[in-house]
Order: sequence, then C-alpha cells, then structure tokens
Amino acid sequence: MTTRLIYFAWVRERIGTSEEEVELPDGIETVADLLRWLQSRGEGYEHALQYPDVIRVAINQEHVDHREKIAGAREIALFPPMTGG
Amino acid sequence: MSAGLVPTVRVQRQDFDVAAEIAELTRGRTDIGAVVTFSGLCRDEQGALSALELEHYPAMAEAEIGRIAAQALERWSLQGLAVIHRHGKIAPGENIVLVVAASAHRQAAFEAANFLMDYLKSRAPFWKKEHRVDGAEGGWVEAREADALAARRWKSKGPE
Repeated sequence: MTTRLIYFAWVRERIGTSEEEVELPDGIETVADLLRWLQSRGEGYEHALQYPDVIRVAINQEHVDHREKIAGAREIALFPPMTGG
Repeated sequence: MSAGLVPTVRVQRQDFDVAAEIAELTRGRTDIGAVVTFSGLCRDEQGALSALELEHYPAMAEAEIGRIAAQALERWSLQGLAVIHRHGKIAPGENIVLVVAASAHRQAAFEAANFLMDYLKSRAPFWKKEHRVDGAEGGWVEAREADALAARRWKSKGPE
C-alpha cells in the first residue's frame, strides 16, 4: 500500500518536494519509525529531520504524537511547529 | 455549553471586514450582551519586513480550526463565534486573523476569544515566512515557547 507524504514550510524546503507517494518498508509501525526511515533517504531528508523531536505530524489531517501507529494512514503530513495566528 | 451553535470558520486569501463580521454575527439577535473581537495584524518589525507569507495545509486548516472552535463552544456558553484566518502574502498593516466571540455576558466571550487565539497559534496548520525590505532571504518565523505555554495553561483551568 502506498502512503502519501506531504511536507510544509522548512521541512518542505529542505526535503525539496511538497509531496510524494511512498511504499513503506516492513517494520515501520509508528510515526517515530517513519521519521527514522525518512532520515536515511538522502541529504535533504537528513537536514529536514535532524531534530525529529521538533517535527509535528498529522495523520489524515489530524495532529498525532510520535508514538502513533501509522497503519492505514492515507496521508501523513510532516511540518515544523506552527506559527499562525 | 453552547447548544446547537455552528461556528463560522473560514480560511481565505482575501481580506475581511471586522465590522461586517460583527454585524453578521449579531444581526436580528437580542440575546447577545457582549461581543469580543481579536484581530491579528502583520507587523513590519521596525521597518525590516515587506511582507509575511503564510503557508497553510489546505486539507487540514479549516478542520483543525473547527475542532478548536468546537472545544470553545463546549467550554463556554457562547451565542456566536466566527474565526477567519488568511493565507498567502500579507503586507504590514494588513489583517491576518480574526476571532469574534459573542455571549450574554462579557466573561465568556473574553475567555473564549483568548483560548481560541492561544490554540490557533499552536495547533492551526499555518507557517509564516518573512520577506525582508532589503531583499535578503527572509527566514521562517520560529514558534515561541510563550505561545505553547499560553495554550497549555487552559488545560488546568475549568471543565474540559
């Protein structure tokens, strides 16, 4: 199953794309696993995700924490802390 | 606590008219005793900024603001609620965000507007990038710890 990953703000700029479809390898169960796997995909990812604790994540358009299971996620968004308002 | 009230939530590129939004919320109503509005504007940071660019997550922004508004309606007895957040390029002096809360007595409207802004700052999916007057590459605005703390203080107060 493919999962749609979307990126915003400096996460998007550093990774160099705003979205992509990925085939997640076996063993990627939680958001934290996903962040670790993404970091190994190249320099841009490494730069964007070098401090994984600051990365905010939404699954299917709702905020989740890094322990959340990603099984069944259609869309996972990664972004920096929000600065709206 | 605010039975049956459907809040107005809009995420839009264009500007809004604060007076028109208040009029919309209060038109034909005789039960509203208090209207509190908060407007957030773009600052120029002592002349250094030419604009702010607000990026947002279109599929999530209205839904998340709706969830925050629903929490406010549950927590306070409100007669009306509108939240508008702009995206795109916004020049100094222009509006960014508006919260209008209406209630029978002032306390609920004041507190709900305050709560909404604290939560919008830390949970609504928007990111500000600076455009500088001198043409240098502007950076992304950093989230302030004070905003996160402001949102957290509501956890320990009142019924959730």
